[in-house]
Amino acid sequence: MPAVSKGDGMRGLAVFISDIRNCKSKEAEIKRINKELANIRSKFKGDKALDGYSKKKYVCKLLFIFLLGHDIDFGHMEAVNLLSSNKYTEKQIGYLFISVLVNSNSDLIRLINNAIKNDLSSRNPTFMNLALHCIANVGSREMAEAFAAEVPRILVAGDTMDSVKQSAALCLLRLNRTSPDLVPMGEWTARVVHLLNDQHLGVVTAATSLITTLAQKNPDDFKTSVSLAVARLSRIVTSASTDLQDYTYYFVAAPWLSVKLLRLLQCYPPPEDAAIRGRLTECLETILNKAQEPPKSKKVQHSNAKNAVLFEAISLIIHHDSEPTLLVRACNQLGQFLQHRETNLRYLALESMCTLASSEFSHEAVKTHIETVINALKTERDVSVRQRAVDLLYAMCDRSNAKQIVAEMLSYLETADYSIREEIVLKVAILAEKYAVDYTWYVDTILNLIRIAGDYVSEEVWYRVIQIVINRDDVQGYAAKTVFEALQAPACHENLVKVGGYILGEFGNLIAGDPRSSPLIQFNLLHSKFHLCSVPTRALLLSAYIKFINLFPEVKGTIQEVLRSDSQLRNADVELQQRAVEYLRLSCIASTDILATVLEEMPPFPERESSILAKLKKKKGPGTVPDPEDNRKERCANINGATNHSSTTANAKASAPSFIGDLLAPVLPPINRPRPVSSLSLLPTPLTPLSLQAYAMPLSPSAGSHFQVSSPASDLLSLGSASTLNSTPPSAPKASASLLVDVFSDNSPTAPIGAPAVVVADENFSRFVCKNNGVLFENQLLQIGLKSEYRQNLGRMYVFYGNKTSTQFHNFTASVVCQDGLNSQLNVHAKPADPMVEGGAQLQQTLNIECLSDFVEAPVLNIQFRYGGILQNISVKLPVTLNKFFQPTEMGSQDFFQRWKQLGAPQQEVQKIFKAMYSMDSEVTKAKIIGFGVALLDGVDPNPSNFVGAGVIHTKTSQVGCLIRLEPNAQAQMYRLTLRTSRDTVSQRLCDLLSDQF
Amino acid sequence: MRFMLLFSRQGKLRLQKWYTATAERDKKKMVRELMQVVLARKPKMCSFLEWRDLKIVYKRYASLYFCCAVEEQDNELITLEVIHRFVELLDKYFGSVCELDIIFNFEKAYFILDEFLMGGEIQDTSKKSVLKAIEQADLLQEVYDYF
Repeated sequence: MPAVSKGDGMRGLAVFISDIRNCKSKEAEIKRINKELANIRSKFKGDKALDGYSKKKYVCKLLFIFLLGHDIDFGHMEAVNLLSSNKYTEKQIGYLFISVLVNSNSDLIRLINNAIKNDLSSRNPTFMNLALHCIANVGSREMAEAFAAEVPRILVAGDTMDSVKQSAALCLLRLNRTSPDLVPMGEWTARVVHLLNDQHLGVVTAATSLITTLAQKNPDDFKTSVSLAVARLSRIVTSASTDLQDYTYYFVAAPWLSVKLLRLLQCYPPPEDAAIRGRLTECLETILNKAQEPPKSKKVQHSNAKNAVLFEAISLIIHHDSEPTLLVRACNQLGQFLQHRETNLRYLALESMCTLASSEFSHEAVKTHIETVINALKTERDVSVRQRAVDLLYAMCDRSNAKQIVAEMLSYLETADYSIREEIVLKVAILAEKYAVDYTWYVDTILNLIRIAGDYVSEEVWYRVIQIVINRDDVQGYAAKTVFEALQAPACHENLVKVGGYILGEFGNLIAGDPRSSPLIQFNLLHSKFHLCSVPTRALLLSAYIKFINLFPEVKGTIQEVLRSDSQLRNADVELQQRAVEYLRLSCIASTDILATVLEEMPPFPERESSILAKLKKKKGPGTVPDPEDNRKERCANINGATNHSSTTANAKASAPSFIGDLLAPVLPPINRPRPVSSLSLLPTPLTPLSLQAYAMPLSPSAGSHFQVSSPASDLLSLGSASTLNSTPPSAPKASASLLVDVFSDNSPTAPIGAPAVVVADENFSRFVCKNNGVLFENQLLQIGLKSEYRQNLGRMYVFYGNKTSTQFHNFTASVVCQDGLNSQLNVHAKPADPMVEGGAQLQQTLNIECLSDFVEAPVLNIQFRYGGILQNISVKLPVTLNKFFQPTEMGSQDFFQRWKQLGAPQQEVQKIFKAMYSMDSEVTKAKIIGFGVALLDGVDPNPSNFVGAGVIHTKTSQVGCLIRLEPNAQAQMYRLTLRTSRDTVSQRLCDLLSDQF
Repeated sequence: MRFMLLFSRQGKLRLQKWYTATAERDKKKMVRELMQVVLARKPKMCSFLEWRDLKIVYKRYASLYFCCAVEEQDNELITLEVIHRFVELLDKYFGSVCELDIIFNFEKAYFILDEFLMGGEIQDTSKKSVLKAIEQADLLQEVYDYF
C-alpha cells in the first residue's frame, strides 16, 4: 500500500481499497464489498452519532464501491448532511458523492438545494465554488429552476472573486445547455460580453465558452462580442510568448483562449466593419505565418497547441469562405501537413481539406493534392486516417478527376477494412453516377463494385443501376453484353445474378444476334445460377424467364420445361410456386400479341434524387455528406439526363410515390402485388380489359404499366390538384410495397401549389412512333394507357384511363380535337366515356380513326374531371402519326432500285444526317424500322450494315409509296436517312418522325 | 466535452466524468464499448477516432488511457492538450503520479479534474491557478487521528 501522499489520509479507506485490490476473484471482491456495505449500514443505523470524519470516510467508501460498478442504495442522507458541515473536506466529499450519485428523490433535492443556497450566500469563495461545481455537475432541471436567476447575478456582480466568476460562467453554460428555457436573457448579457475585456485570462477563457454557447442560440444578443473577441485575439497573437506568463503553454500564447475566441467568431459572418475585419484578417495571417516559423520547442505539446490554433483559424477561414487568398493559403498549409510525420496532423489535414474542397475558391487548390491523398489511401496504416482520405477524395471529386478517383476507390475497396466498405461502395456508386459522361463506364463501375464487394452493395445500389439502364436507351445493349460476360464467372455474387437476370430479361434481345450469346445460351447461363440463389433472387429469375419467352419464342419450350418441373411447380416456397404456376399458364394460353403487351419492356423510371445519396446521408448523419456538386453550385447534367438539378429534386418531391407493381420485385407479400395471371385469365378478349387491380393497366401486369413516367410536364398538369392531394392522400403508398417503390418513396407527396395550368403533354409522344401500345401519360391522379391497331387508312385506338386515387372522378369527359386544318386530314371519332371513374378503377374509351390525307399535326386528347371538388384539366397529344397508315411492301433488290430511280425528282427525296442519340445497335434499329411500319428489305443494299425498307401509306384519297434507306456510320456515331416518296410533304413528315428514333 | 474516462491497459476504469446526463446503464455500455475500441488500437495510430456521433480523443500515459469524447466541431488537438494539462496537474499534485495514486486517492483526482474542467469546458488553463485552488483546500483540512 503506498503512502498517502497528501492531505487527509483516510486510512480506513486506503485499507479497504487495498483489500479490494487483493481480491483474487470477482466473487471475493463482491464478498468483501458486501461485508463493507453491511458494516457501513450498521454504522449509519447505529445509535451512536457518527462524527464528521467517520461520515466522510464511509461516504467515500460508498462512492468507491459505486465507482467500481456496484449499486448503492443508501448513504445519500449522510452525504447531504456532510454538505452542511463547515469543514471543507467533509463538504467536498459530500458534494462529490451528490454529483456522482444524484437521483431525483425530490426530498433530497430540496435539502441539497438548501445546502447549495447557503454556500452560495456564504461569501466564502471556496464554498461558493463547491456549490457552483455541484450545480454544474448535476445540472438537473430542478437545480436550474432553483439557481438560474442566482448564478448570472453572481457572475456579473462587481465584488465577485475571479475564481468564482469562472465557476459561475461555466455553471451558467451548463444550465443553459440542459435547460435553455430556464436561463433568462437579461441585462446581465451585456455585462457578460464585457468579461472578454477582463484582466484575468482565466475569467476571459470561461466567459468565452459561455458566450459562444449563448451566441449560437441568440446571435443578435451577443453581436458586440465580435469586436471584443477580435481585439482580444489580436493582442494574444501579437504578444511575445512570455507576456502571458502562466497562460503561455509550451511557448504558445494562450492556446485555449485563442481556440475559443476563434470558435466564437465562427458564430458570426465576417465582421462588417472594415477595420475590425482587417484586424481579424491580420490575426489569421499571423497565425498562418507562425506555422511557417521554426518550432520554439521540440515537444509535441508545443506543436499541438500551435496547430490547434492554426486548425481553428482555418476553420474560421472556411466558415467565412470569403477571402480567396486566405483559403488558398490554408489549403497549402494543410497540403504540407498531408505529408507530416505526425499521424494526428495528417488525419486533421485530411479532415479539414474536406471542408475546403466544398469552397469554390479552394476547390481547385485542394485538387492539386490528389496524388498525396491517393497515396495516403494506399499507405496509411491507420484505418481512421484512410477513412478520412476516402472522405476527401469524395469531396474533391468532380468531372475532371472522377475516373481516377473512382478507380482508386475501387482498388482500395479490394483490401479495405470491413467497417468502411459499405460507405465506400455508396460513395463510388454516387460518384460514378454523378460524373458519368459515358454510361458504359458507369455500368462497368457498378458491376465492378458488385464483383469486388458484393456483400456490401446494398439494394439501393443495384436498383439504381437498373433504373439508369432502363432510362438510357444507349447503354442497354452494352449493359446486356457486360452482365452476360460477368455472369460467365464461375462464382458470381448474388447481386450480380439479380442485376444480370433483370437486365437480360429486359434487354437480352439486344445481344441475342451474337451466336455466343444466343437466347438459349443466355437462358442456360442464368439458370445455372438459379439453384445457388436465395428465394428472392430465384423469384426474380423466374420473372426474367417469362420475359425471355416473350423476347425469344425459340426458347419457350425449354423454359416451359423448367417451369413445369416439380422443383418449380411444387416448390415449398409459396412465392416461387405461384410464379412458376402463373408464368407457365401465361406462356401456354396467351397469344404472342398478349405476351408482347404483358411483358413489354419497362418504361423509364421517374427522375429522382439518387436514393443512394439519401442512404449515405442517413448513414453519416444529415449535413455531413454534402452533395459535392451542390456545394460548388456547379451544374452538370446528371446521368439521367436531367440538366437542372433542382428541377429534378423538385420533381421528385412533387410526384407521389407511384404504385409500382413491379413484375420483377421478388419479395412482395403476395397480397400487395398484382397477380399476373389472375388478371390475364379473366380477360375474354385481348382488347377488352377488366380493371382488376387499382391503377393497373389492363393486359399489363408487368411493371411496365404500373411504373410510369413522371415528367416535369406531367407534374405541371397536376398543379390543380394540390390541395386535394394533401387532404386526401392517395392510397397508393400503402399498396405499393414493391421493393423499388420503397426505396424511392422517401419523398412524401408534396404537391406543388399554384393555379391550374393546362399544357399539352407530349412527353411520350415520340415513343409511340414505332410502337402502338404503352403508357401515354401519368400524373399523381391519372394514368393513360394506349393500345392501338391500324389497317390501311383506318385505325382503332383504345384509351385506358386509370384512376390512381381511392376516390371517384366525377364529370369525367374525354374528347379529341383536331386543330388547325387537321380535321380535314384526319377523322377521329371518340365514343363517349362514362362520366364517373371509381377510385382505383379503369375506364376504357374507343377512338375510331380515319386518315383522309397525309398530315403533320397530331390530335389532342382533352380530359376533364372533378377530383375532390376540383376541376382537373389534362391535355395530351395523341400519337396518331402518318406512319401508322403504312402497309409494308416486300420487294426484291431489282424492284427496289427501279422504284428508287423513278422517285428521283429532287422534291421527292428528303435526306437528313444526324447524330445517334442511342447506341447504334443493329437489332434495335431493325426493330424500330419494322415498328415504323415498313417492310425491312434484306439483301437489297450492297452494304450489309445499311437498312432499306419499303411501304405504302394509305389515306382515303390516295396511296403513297415510300422507300427508305438508313446508313449508320458507327465511327462518327452518325446516321444518314434518305426517304423517297411520290409526295414531298409525306417524305418530309416521315423523315422528321423517323429521324427522332435513333 | 461529453465525458472523460481514465482506464488502464487491463480495461479497469479508474475515473469517469460525465458532462451530460446519461443513464447508468448507458454509461456502462458506452464505457465497455469504447474501452474495447481504444484498447484495440496500435501505438502509432492517430489519437482521434469517430465513434457513434462523437469524436474520441485519447492518449496513453504509461499504463493509463485518458479518453475524451468531444463534439463534432470541437478542436481535437486542443483536447489532446487538455488531457496533457490534466496529467501535468495530477503529476504536480501527487509528485510523479502513477496509477496507484489515482486508485487510492480517487477523490483527489476528481477534485483536481473539477477545478480544471467544469461542465465539460476548461475553467482555467493556468496550472498555478488550479493547483492553488487545490492546495488551499488541503490547507483547510484538519488532521485527524487515524481510525
